[in-house]
Amino acid sequence: MNTRPRMLELKSVYKNFGGLQAVHDVSFGVAPGSIKAVIGPNGAGKTTLFNLISGNLNVSSGSILFQGREIQGLKPHAIAALGMARTFQNINLFHGMTALESVMVGRHVRSRAGFLAGMLRTPATWKEEREIREKSMQLLRLLEIEEFADVEATSLAFGQQRAVEMARALATEPKLLLLDEPAAGLNIYETAEVGRLITRIRDMGITVLLVEHDMSLVMDISDEIVVLSFGCKIAEDVPTAIQQNPEVIKIYLGEDEEAVV
Amino acid sequence: MLFLPVFFFDYSSSVSILCPLFSIMTQALFFQYLFAGISYGVIYAIVAIGFNIIYNTTGIINFAQGEFVMLGGMISISLLHFFPLPVAIVLAVVITMLVGAMIEIVFIRWLDSPSVLRMIIITIGLSILIREVALHIWGESIRSLPYFVGNELTTVAFGPVRISPQVFWVVGVCGITVVGLSLFFKLTSVGREMRACSANRTAAILCGINTRNMVTLSFMLSAGIGALAGCVMSPITYTQYDSGTSLAIKGFTVAILGGLGNSMGAVAAGILLGIIEAYSVAFVPLAFQDAISITILLIILFVKPHGIFGSSDAARLKEF
Amino acid sequence: MRDSKLLKIALLIVLVIGVQELTTVTDTQYYLTQLTMSAYYALLVIGLAVVMGYAGQISLGHAGFFAIGGYLSAALTTHNLVALQANPVIHGLGSLGMLVSGQDIYGEQLLVVAPWAACIFAVLMAAIIALVIGIPVLKLKGHYLAMATLGFGIIIYRIGLATEYFGEADGISEVPGFTLLPAIGSFGPISVSGDFGLRVENYYVAWGLLVIGLWLLLNLIDSRVGRALRAIHGSEEAAEAVGIDTAGFKLKVFVLSAVYAAFAGVFLTHYNGGIGPSEASVMKSVRYVALVAVGGMANVWGTLIMGVGLTFLSLRGVFGSYDDAVFGAILIVVMLFAPDGILSMNVKALFAGRRTTDEHEAKNA
Repeated sequence: MNTRPRMLELKSVYKNFGGLQAVHDVSFGVAPGSIKAVIGPNGAGKTTLFNLISGNLNVSSGSILFQGREIQGLKPHAIAALGMARTFQNINLFHGMTALESVMVGRHVRSRAGFLAGMLRTPATWKEEREIREKSMQLLRLLEIEEFADVEATSLAFGQQRAVEMARALATEPKLLLLDEPAAGLNIYETAEVGRLITRIRDMGITVLLVEHDMSLVMDISDEIVVLSFGCKIAEDVPTAIQQNPEVIKIYLGEDEEAVV
Repeated sequence: MLFLPVFFFDYSSSVSILCPLFSIMTQALFFQYLFAGISYGVIYAIVAIGFNIIYNTTGIINFAQGEFVMLGGMISISLLHFFPLPVAIVLAVVITMLVGAMIEIVFIRWLDSPSVLRMIIITIGLSILIREVALHIWGESIRSLPYFVGNELTTVAFGPVRISPQVFWVVGVCGITVVGLSLFFKLTSVGREMRACSANRTAAILCGINTRNMVTLSFMLSAGIGALAGCVMSPITYTQYDSGTSLAIKGFTVAILGGLGNSMGAVAAGILLGIIEAYSVAFVPLAFQDAISITILLIILFVKPHGIFGSSDAARLKEF
Repeated sequence: MRDSKLLKIALLIVLVIGVQELTTVTDTQYYLTQLTMSAYYALLVIGLAVVMGYAGQISLGHAGFFAIGGYLSAALTTHNLVALQANPVIHGLGSLGMLVSGQDIYGEQLLVVAPWAACIFAVLMAAIIALVIGIPVLKLKGHYLAMATLGFGIIIYRIGLATEYFGEADGISEVPGFTLLPAIGSFGPISVSGDFGLRVENYYVAWGLLVIGLWLLLNLIDSRVGRALRAIHGSEEAAEAVGIDTAGFKLKVFVLSAVYAAFAGVFLTHYNGGIGPSEASVMKSVRYVALVAVGGMANVWGTLIMGVGLTFLSLRGVFGSYDDAVFGAILIVVMLFAPDGILSMNVKALFAGRRTTDEHEAKNA
């Protein structure tokens, strides 16, 4: 498919919960600068797969390479520091923080001031704080939510909360962005907006891996699609080929008829 | 055997006699310690079960659990001026149960899904208040109920070993309590409803169970068994306004050791801790007696927080 | 934001000076003693507020860190090392200027660790113990964390009570004062001691230390680290996802608060001239938690005000024999009716309360 070095590479990844096999021998790669989508019916193991990649879960066997480096076994924060950011299926914002502050937290790995510098308020920290604030405002503008900068993030409307979460993830300057159902709970207009945004993010040079239920969005923006069913990979191809794939059609017609548009 | 009747109650006077004896520890002495350990252990188990009952229905660790034990002892001692011993004990248990119910109704019932941190702080506050009230009612003096049979010098021959009959009272009453509780939870409809609450609160509500009343009931039950333990142990351990705290910590250690929510585990762990403490007299300085259970607690928390008898799968499902 | 912070600190300094002047004018300088002690306790409490309010971790063992600081410093500056003079370690310390010699009241030769060296050692030890304890303890959550920290506090209490070196039930007395700054010209020297004539000076030492401690913490909260701590409190999972080492930050802030507690312990012990096991008791730890709770958890200013105020009243004996009961009641009342602290209650209810409910409804709709 692609001969360039992979941004992300999964090699026969397994995950068992007790007797349940949530992910079974899944291998695929993500090419740099591409948008790749993971789809599949409910319970196919998509979110588990995401949690394995981001380090929230450990694989039962297999390996995960990020920019050629084994990241299996690293803590989530260490993986994030390597340049992988994520959003959550159920929005996960910091209680009691404004939208701007939430995004500023995202600058954590791109800034340095520690306990001592923070307590002594050294001139270097002023400069750094100003940069953090400016960069964060830029991101709020990019996502068109700058007017809510000083509003508590968890009190915003649903779509705006998703935008804050996305801005926070982008603030880490990721090389790879994991989006867990970025269009869940959004209306058609907002979904299209998210689609445009993801394409823009890709054009900024950030590789995107997303899990999504909304087929029209996935087919629109993805460069490649991986289809999971009951923890197994059953197809990996470009969108047009996936749409023709008889096995994919079968599981979707069998399991979730509305999903195929 | 001159030290026998006091050996597990008054370490300070007996320890100096005992230490040299340890090198030539007789079989009889070995059993003396064993029985001392068991009688303390079942008390710890009862306190732990008190923790478990409330934990199972609410997910709360009631830091005031030790105070119920103290209240049981103190109230029965006061009532003894007016009533015969059995009546005083029954009344003390009933009054402590009412206190437990009142605490739940006044301080806990109306809180809408409070955070764990909030509940910890509230129950700690309650334990301080109860203790301070006890201090103002009963003062700092150390009190005790009389021995149920005979006095502190009465012993029963048990092979080569001589044991205070109060030990049998303690073990017997605690044993009956544990059996009675498990029958209550298994056989009565109220007990089954309480178990349903702890298994799945939402489902219990949907089945028409009044979960709030079940929580009140769980506070009453755990106050009641705590008070009962406080009465039977009073003759041998004495009762003071602040005796609840160290009991609460030991009870908590036992609850964790046996697996939070697991009553049979609590009994086994309680006896284990009691025996460890009894034998440790020979090896650990007197002042560090309390530290034994805390050290065990810390080790368990760091190494195996679901308890040595608890299942890790069940523990993972619970919120800590 | 920053300006208002500096303004508030300036106001505090004016208030501190004003109170001292007031006691002179009204001839009520005896209040200064309790105000000095309150300031030291408040230093501990604002450190704990950052652990509880910002990092969201409860500690029921902070009296332990206070005691580690106080006891170590007291023991080192009172135990006579004359008998060990030949020991190479002791000799080495002596040649580094870390020992002071003198005579006790019977004219015997006395060789003890210099207070400044003892202070540094005590605070360092508290930090190291916090680090070692913190690594396993902070992995725990909720009830388990509460019980583990409580257990730690009791062990420290027991060690103080059972060790001859720490004076057992009597504690350590006759702790010398120590010179904070040597004399410069006609100014100074400034020393921490309970000496009656140094009351005003010690009042300023204590409050100076508290203001510096406060300023450092407020800076920290406004910084990148403070944001990370608040993020951990808000959602640990999301904080990890943006690259915050949650375990590391919790540990560091725990150690920082232990250092605050140890400093408070060292200074108060030298000020009082002694320390006893009650300083390490569970009730003290619970009291500190109560002060943080009533101050509003994530509110360093509120904690400072309540910490100084209530501690002062308690030290003046206003609560009489109900002292512990008052703090127990405070815990319950605050947690039942105002989990965000007494000071935030009116303000929130009057101004923000209405709006937030509207927003909640809008969100739920």
